[in-house]
Amino acid sequence: MDSIFQGLGQAVRLIFTLDPDLYEIIAMSLRVTLSAVAIASLIGLPLGAWLAVNRFRHRRATIAVLNALMGLPPVVVGLFVYLLLSRSGPFGVLGLLFTPTAMIIAQVIIITPLIASIAHQAIRDLWAEYHDLLISMNATRGQRIRSLLWDGRRALLTAMLAGFGRAIGEVGAIMIVGGSIEHSTRVLTTAIALETSKGNLEFALGLGVVLIALAVAVNLLIHTLSGTERAPAW
Amino acid sequence: MSTLTGILGATDAPAGLREDSARPLLPLRLEGAVAQVRGRVLVGPVDLTITRTGVTIVMGPNGSGKTTLLRLMHGLQRLSAGTIRWNVPDDVARERQAYVFQAPIMMRRSVLDNIAYPLILHGVARREARARAADWAERVGLGAALQRGAPVLSGGEKQKLALARALIRRPEILFLDEPCANLDGRAMREIEAILLDARAAGTRIVMATHDMGQARRLASEVVFLYGGKVHESAEAGAFFEAPGTPEAEAFINGEIVE
Ligand SMILES: Nc1ncnc2c1ncn2[C@@H]1O[C@H](COP(=O)(O)OP(=O)(O)OP(=O)(O)O)[C@@H](O)[C@H]1O
Ligand SMILES: [Mg+2]
Repeated sequence: MDSIFQGLGQAVRLIFTLDPDLYEIIAMSLRVTLSAVAIASLIGLPLGAWLAVNRFRHRRATIAVLNALMGLPPVVVGLFVYLLLSRSGPFGVLGLLFTPTAMIIAQVIIITPLIASIAHQAIRDLWAEYHDLLISMNATRGQRIRSLLWDGRRALLTAMLAGFGRAIGEVGAIMIVGGSIEHSTRVLTTAIALETSKGNLEFALGLGVVLIALAVAVNLLIHTLSGTERAPAW
Repeated sequence: MSTLTGILGATDAPAGLREDSARPLLPLRLEGAVAQVRGRVLVGPVDLTITRTGVTIVMGPNGSGKTTLLRLMHGLQRLSAGTIRWNVPDDVARERQAYVFQAPIMMRRSVLDNIAYPLILHGVARREARARAADWAERVGLGAALQRGAPVLSGGEKQKLALARALIRRPEILFLDEPCANLDGRAMREIEAILLDARAAGTRIVMATHDMGQARRLASEVVFLYGGKVHESAEAGAFFEAPGTPEAEAFINGEIVE
C-alpha cells in the first residue's frame, strides 16, 4: 500500500519537475502510437466499411479471419516483425530494427484488425438500418458508403480510440522490435517493465500513473474536440 | 463542328433517355407477380394495374401482404415469378418514385438534413436543398424542430418527417405504408390535406392503411388483400357500398377477419 502512495507521489513529482527523461518517453509513446493509429485507421476504416456493404465470395471467411486476427498475441507479432526486419530477414537492408518505425509497424499489425472489425460491425448495423431507405432513394454505391461513414463517424471514432488504447498499453511486441533503447526507442510501457525488473517500483508506478493519465486525457480530448458528449446520439 | 455542339450542348441527352424522361411513369402493370421467400409464397400471384390518376388504398388484415405488395411494386422485394412493368425502363422508374416505410427510417442527422437528403443525393446545392427542406418541414408541422436529431423525434413526428422527405422531389408515384399509424386526429387531417395537395400536383398515391375512415376519405380505388392474394380490386364507391366478398364485407364492418 505504501509503495502505491509513494508511486503516486513520484508520478506527481516527475510531471511537475518537468523531468526531461519522462517527457522524452511520453513523446516517444505518443509518436509511435498516434502514427500507428493513423495508419491503421487509413487501412481499417475503409476496409471495415467495404466489408459491411459488399457481398462477395468468401465474405464470411474474410470476416472470420479478421476477427481472429484481433486476438493475435502481440509477442508473436513482435517476433514476426523482428524476423522480417532483422539483418538476415527480407527487409533487413532497410535497417529498421530497433527504430521507432519498427515499433509503428508492429502496432499497425496489432490494431488494424481491431479497428477494421469495430468499424465493420458499426457500419454493418447502420447499413441494416438504412438499407431500404438508401435503395429506395436510388443512392449510388459511393453515396451509400459516404453517408454510412459520415453518419457512423462516432462509432468510427470509437474504433480509433480502441486502437489507441490497445497500442499505447502494448509492451510485448515493441519490446522485441524496439528494444527499449534509452533516448531512442524507450516508451512508457517498456520503461515500466524495465524499471520494475530493476526494482525501481516507485518510478515504475509513477510511469504507470502517467500512462493511465495519458490514455484518459487523449480520450477526453478527442471526445471534446468531436463534440461526442455534447450532442445526442446520432 | 456538329460534334462539338453535341459535346457542349448541356441538354443534349441521348435520344432514348430524353424520350424516357418525357414519358409518363404510369401505368404500372403487375402480371402474375409473386413474392416468395424460402419456398413460402408471401404474396401473389397478383394481376393489377395502377393507372395514371387517383388514390389506391391497399387494405387487408395483418399479415395479408400489404407491405410486401408495396415493396414488390417499388422494387424492394424480389419478384419470384411474373412481371412488373412500368411505362419506362426500370432504372429510370426508380428515380421518379418515393416510399414511406411502415417503420420510418430516420438517418442519424438533423430533421432538416433528413428532409434535404434526397435533394443532396441528386446534386442540389446544400444551401438550396436546406431552404426547400425547411419549407417542407414547415408544411408537415416540423418547422420548430429543424435542428433536432431525427432519431429522437416522437413516432408521429418521424412519420411526418418521412412524408416530407418522400414528397420533396415531387415523385410521380408515392407509396405509403400506414403513414398515419401513430398520428393523432389533427395530425392525420393535416397529413391527408398534404396528400390531397400532392395528388392535385400530379403525384399518384398508393397507400396501405388500417383506418377505414381514412380509406373512405381518400380512396378512389381499393385493393383488398387476403392471405397474400388480391381478394378484391374495385372502384372505391363500389367497394364500400357493395363489397364483392364476405371477407371484405366483414372487414369493412369492423368484424374480425381471420
Ligand atoms: N422477409 C420475409 N421472410 C419471411 N416472411 C415474410 C417476410 N416478409 C414478410 N413475411 C411474411 O409475409 C406475410 C405478409 O407480410 P406483410 O408485412 O406484407 O403483411 P401486412 O399486410 O403489411 O401486415 P401488417 O398489417 O401487420 O403491416 C406475413 O405473414 C409475414 O410474416
Ligand atoms: Mg405492413
